[in-house]
This record gives sequence, C-alpha cells and structure tokens, in this order.
Amino acid sequence: MKNIFTVLAGAFLALPAFLSHAVLNVLACEPEWAALTTEIGGDKVRVSSATTAQQDPHRIEARPSLIARTRNADLLVCTGLELEVGWLPALLQQSANPKIAPGQPGNFEAGRFVQRLDIPARVDRSDGDVHAAGNPHIQQDPHNIALVALALAKRLAEVDPANASYYQSRQTDFSTRWTAAMAKWEKRAAPLENIAIIEHHKNMEYLMHWLGMHQVGTLEPKPGIEPGAAHLTQLLSRLPQQPAKMVLRGAYQDDRASLWLSEHARIPAVVLPFTVGGSERAKDLFGLFEDTLQRLLDANK
Amino acid sequence: MFRHVALATALAATLAAPLHASAMDDAELSRIRVEIKQLKEAYESRIQALEQRLQAAESRPAAPARSAAAAASPANAFNPAVSLTLGGTYANLKRDPAQYRIQGFIPGGDESGPGKRSFNLGESELSLSANVDPHFSGKLTFALNAENQASVEEAHFETLGLANGLNLKGGRFLSSIGYLNGQHAHAWDFVDAPLVYKAMFGGQYKQDGLQLRWLAPTERFLELGIEAGNGNAFPGNDRSKNGIGAVTIFGHVGDDIGDSASWRAGVSLLRTASAARNFSDIDHTGTGVTDAFAGDTHLWAVDGIYKWSPNGNSTRINFKLQGEYFRRKENGTLTYDTQAQSLGTTLLRYGGAQSGGYVQGVFQYAPNWRVGLRLDKLNAVAPSLALAGTALTSADFRQLLPYAPTRSSLMFDFSPSEFSRIRLQFAQDKARPGVTDNQVFLQYIMSLGAHGAHSF
Repeated sequence: MKNIFTVLAGAFLALPAFLSHAVLNVLACEPEWAALTTEIGGDKVRVSSATTAQQDPHRIEARPSLIARTRNADLLVCTGLELEVGWLPALLQQSANPKIAPGQPGNFEAGRFVQRLDIPARVDRSDGDVHAAGNPHIQQDPHNIALVALALAKRLAEVDPANASYYQSRQTDFSTRWTAAMAKWEKRAAPLENIAIIEHHKNMEYLMHWLGMHQVGTLEPKPGIEPGAAHLTQLLSRLPQQPAKMVLRGAYQDDRASLWLSEHARIPAVVLPFTVGGSERAKDLFGLFEDTLQRLLDANK
Repeated sequence: MFRHVALATALAATLAAPLHASAMDDAELSRIRVEIKQLKEAYESRIQALEQRLQAAESRPAAPARSAAAAASPANAFNPAVSLTLGGTYANLKRDPAQYRIQGFIPGGDESGPGKRSFNLGESELSLSANVDPHFSGKLTFALNAENQASVEEAHFETLGLANGLNLKGGRFLSSIGYLNGQHAHAWDFVDAPLVYKAMFGGQYKQDGLQLRWLAPTERFLELGIEAGNGNAFPGNDRSKNGIGAVTIFGHVGDDIGDSASWRAGVSLLRTASAARNFSDIDHTGTGVTDAFAGDTHLWAVDGIYKWSPNGNSTRINFKLQGEYFRRKENGTLTYDTQAQSLGTTLLRYGGAQSGGYVQGVFQYAPNWRVGLRLDKLNAVAPSLALAGTALTSADFRQLLPYAPTRSSLMFDFSPSEFSRIRLQFAQDKARPGVTDNQVFLQYIMSLGAHGAHSF
C-alpha cells in the first residue's frame, strides 16, 4: 500500500515535467484559427480546436474537456468580438490559466486585426442577439485571413521567442502562397459580383463584402432568433420585387428553413463549409475558399 | 502661284514644328522630370502613410465599438456589468401548501415547500460584476422576493488566473457540493429544486466562507476543491463559534465521448454541526411543539451529468441526463418540546440517517422547445432515539417517522430566444403519507442586460 502511494506521489510530482514540452500548446476557438496556426506554427505548435465546423460557435457548452484544454494552453487563438462570450469566459475563469487571461500575450483575438463590418449604431436586445463590437464572422474574407496571419506570426514569436525566425519564414511562405491563391480566386469569382443572396444568419457578410455580393434578406427574423413560418412566408412574398440568386447557409446551420425557401422560391440552396472541416474539400484554409467559391459558382450557373 | 504659297506655308509649318520642339526640349524635359519626381515623392509618402496605417492597425487593439459604453464618460467606463433576472410563477396546488412537509426529514430552510398558490413573483435577481484589478473579479447578486425583502444571494470575490490551476473564492457563494447546487435557480431545468435539495439543504446550500479549487494539469478534466465556511446554513446553524463551522470537499472528473457527448461525475462531502436547531412538530396528543437538534451532520453526495447533441451542435436537438444521490447522517441530541408546551422538555440521544436522490432527463426536440421528466425519491429510516425511561414514544415525533417520499415532475418549456423562457410543469408529490399533491406551475424567466457564460 505504501509503495502505491510513493509511486502515485512520484507520478504526481513528475506530472508537470512531462507536460512541459518544447512544443507550444495552442487552443483555437474555431477551426479556421486552428488551421491558420498550423500553417504558421508548423511542427513547433500543437493545435486543437475547441469547436468543429458542425457546431454553432455562439452556442458551445463550457465542457469539462474544454476546461482541461484551456488549463494546459500556452496560447489561445479566438475570434473575439463577443463571438465566444457565452462560453469562453467560463473556461478562462475555471481554468485559472494566467498565460491566456485577456490582455496577456497568450490571448489572441483575431477580430482586432481586421476591418469590422456591421458595427451597430444601436445596441438593444429587441434587435436580436446583436454584437456590439461588430459582425464576428470574419474568416470568410481571405484578406482578413492574410491580416490575421501577419499578426498571429508576430504573436507566436512573442510567446515563443526561441522560434521567432521559424514563424516569420513560415508566415512569409504562407503569405506568398495565399496572395497567389487570392488573385486566382478573385479572377474566378468575377461572375459573382453584384449577385443578390439570402442568408440564414448574418454570418456571410465578409464573404459578400469580398466578392461584391449583397443580401436581400435573412432566414432568421432577427440575429439569433430561429426562422419561423411567418417570417419565411413574408420573405418569399418579397422575392418577386427583390429577387435573390440563391439562399446560403453554413454547414452547422439547420437546413430546413433554407430548403423550404429553395423549394418555394425555386432558387438553389447552397451549403457553404463556413470554416475548415465544413465540407469534404475544406481540409485546410485553401480548400475552404476553393470549395466555397466552387459551390457559389455552381449555384450561379 | 497661290498653290505654291500654300505648299510653302504647309511645308514651313511642318518643318517648324520639330524645330520648335527641339528649341523647347531642355526646359520642357526638366519640367516633366520635376513633375515626375514630385509625383514619385507624393506616392512614396502616401505609400508610407498607408504602410504606417497598416502597421498601426496590426499593433493596436481595434478602436472600441461605437456603443453606449464607449460614449459614456470615463468615470462610468469602469462600471460593473449589470444583469437582471425576472421570474414568476402561477401555481395550482391541490393541497394546502401550509400543510406541506417531507416526512422523515427534520425540516430546515424556508424553501422546502412548493411555494404559494396562484400568481407569485419569484425571486428577481440583480447581479453586478466586474474585474476588481488584475488579480480579482467580484460579483454581487441580490435576490428580491415577493415579500419585498432583499437578500444577498451571493457576494464574492474570485481570483483571476492565480496560477497552476488554482482558484480562490471568498464571501458568500453557492457551494460546489453536488451538481445543481452551484447553479442559480434561473438556470434549472424545472421550476423547483429536486426534493432531495429541499429536504437536505432547505433549497440550496450556500454559506459565507472560502473556496479553493484546483484543476489538475491533465488531459482529462480533474478538479478538486475544498470550502470552509461559518456553517450557519442548514443543515448546520449558527453556533457562535470561532474557527470553521462547516467544511465541504469535492472532486469532479469529466470528458467527451466523441464529438457528440460529454459527461461529468463528482463526489462531495459536507461536514457541519448544529446547536439548538429548532423545528416544529406535532406530538401524539396533537399539540404543536418546538423540538431542537444539536450535533454533527455528515453528508455524502455523488452526482453525474451527461449531455448529448448531434455532432455537439445543440441548436436543433439535444439531450441532457443528470442524477444525484445524497446520504446524510446526523448524530447528537434531540430536545423534545423546548418551550414545554405539551409533555415537558426532554433531552434524548438521537441518531438519524436519510438518503435520497433524483434522476432527470431533458430533451430539446425542436429549436426552442424542450420536454423533461424528473423522478425524485427519498428514504428516511426510523431514527435511533433513546426513549427508554421517558414518557415519550416515537409517535411524539411525527416528522421523524420513517417514510419514503416520492415525486414525479413533467415539464415543457419554450424559449423564444436565449434570454427568455416560459415553462409549464406538472408534478405529483407524495412527500408525506396518505397525501398526494398534484401541482401545476406556469413559470417565466427573463434575463436582461449582461449575460454571463453558463457553466457546464
């Protein structure tokens, strides 16, 4: 019995030594930031994502497994802009990890480095679940990815100075490939300019901004309020005056409202991967935009 | 002749042009050079300015949103976040709630019954919270009840990222014993607390004291904690003692099962004590008497929660299964009829053991719509009372007669948004022998203002 205790006590004391390894532990709030951190961090980081492409980033449970992962993280890479307000504060409080507290270098908020859209002039819950800091779904504009990549490389270098030049060179490499890819995508996307769409939630704004598309309605009557029959019927009746080319939704969103409108308005319902992992082809950030574009172009034929 | 002149003029003009150009060459060229140089300089400075702007945008945090907070004067910028919860019920109770009691359990606390009939304002909660400084955060929650009384529900500080997974909380707070105890009533899935909470804690267990939690640096969630308090809360009471009046120890483990499910399990232990903890009872003559318990209370609790949703996306459908089991032992003395209103004050040795628990499942079958079922069961065996040599029998302690109270509750709720919920609940309550109380509740819960993150 005494031996068991000695072994247990020994294992317990040795635990931190086992866990403090050379690689940087990164917890990304959303899959796109996990993918970006992998692009820049390479094998110097160990990345996991708190959410998957099948989950609504607004509605995540502060699960025990996430608390444990937050506890062991050296760097947190999140969108910010109140996207994770319903669960991240609980993780930060319970994990008691000073490295990733707000304001620390270990707390990286991607939303701070991009031009934000939809900053509300009026903040009132009667307008639904509005984000006072602006629309947080920034990852669907590749220019935002480029800006965040630059800032993230700097942050990785700050948190892990020993590998600063490694992160810098990977960022340069990524940036070269990304710029080339963007030029290619923008050329291909020319036919999408000025088309009108309907979206499920106001989560495609950055994509539309990038491609010059615009929306003429949302399936949700107000942000965060589930689509209802009355609102959908009204939306349908407005379509003859304000035609839309397609109805968009993210991979994590309920398909019923979108399919209903598609059937009644005879416009294609398009599921976009929305983030890395949202479709078979969206395996990384390049795949995410390739596939998004392909799906939009297919629907626009 | 005229043709010649015209030709000559044309020729002259044609020839003159290059001549004129060559004459202007130097002045013009230098002017163009200057212009190009100016353009180049202008562009360079503009590009530099753009680069500076980009760098500035990268390095500095984004400008605050054009919100009310940003517009507020600097003095108000540090105001705490305010959140308000409004709640109320309509209750239809078959039996008079004044007669309500859970037999086999020494009653305590004022929240052990089903509440009043008809329309009732529930507890309205007003919370203020903010970070104190880089080391602490603080929170105060007032509860305003239907009797126009305000009470301090919670008032505590908590450390911010103390180090090594340690969290220290101090003040008045909901104990982390069990699962449901740490949650505010507005986050519950049913109108009222499980029967075992009513019987053993008189509602919820909270006390004034300190809590220290430690989160292990492991891949799997493992948390250990200890609370030390004054022990004033039921099942203890105020004993006017220095030192620690009650101690709670708890441990939690939890993990995911794939992307779709996650769980948490816990064990807790509470040790507290009482001196002259009064309660009302009726003896065999039918007289209402005041009895009192003094002694130690030990309480064990095990709890478990399992949550499931397809791919972890709880928006459309999700399911939650939770259960808790408590076991309580009390040893000490029981004073019969402290006011000498009936057969005379008598001091007896007392040993009691009670147990109980509940299992509940809540299923969200469509966005915003949920249905839930909860089964409560308690068990109280006959206490050991040293009655020999006294004029008393066990019939003089009606409240302590052995019984196994049960209750079944069925609930439906609808949440138009994340911030509002309307609930209908039916319950069949058999908390005392021979009486079945059918209860119908209609409840609303509204959250205003800052909306804190919910714990698992």
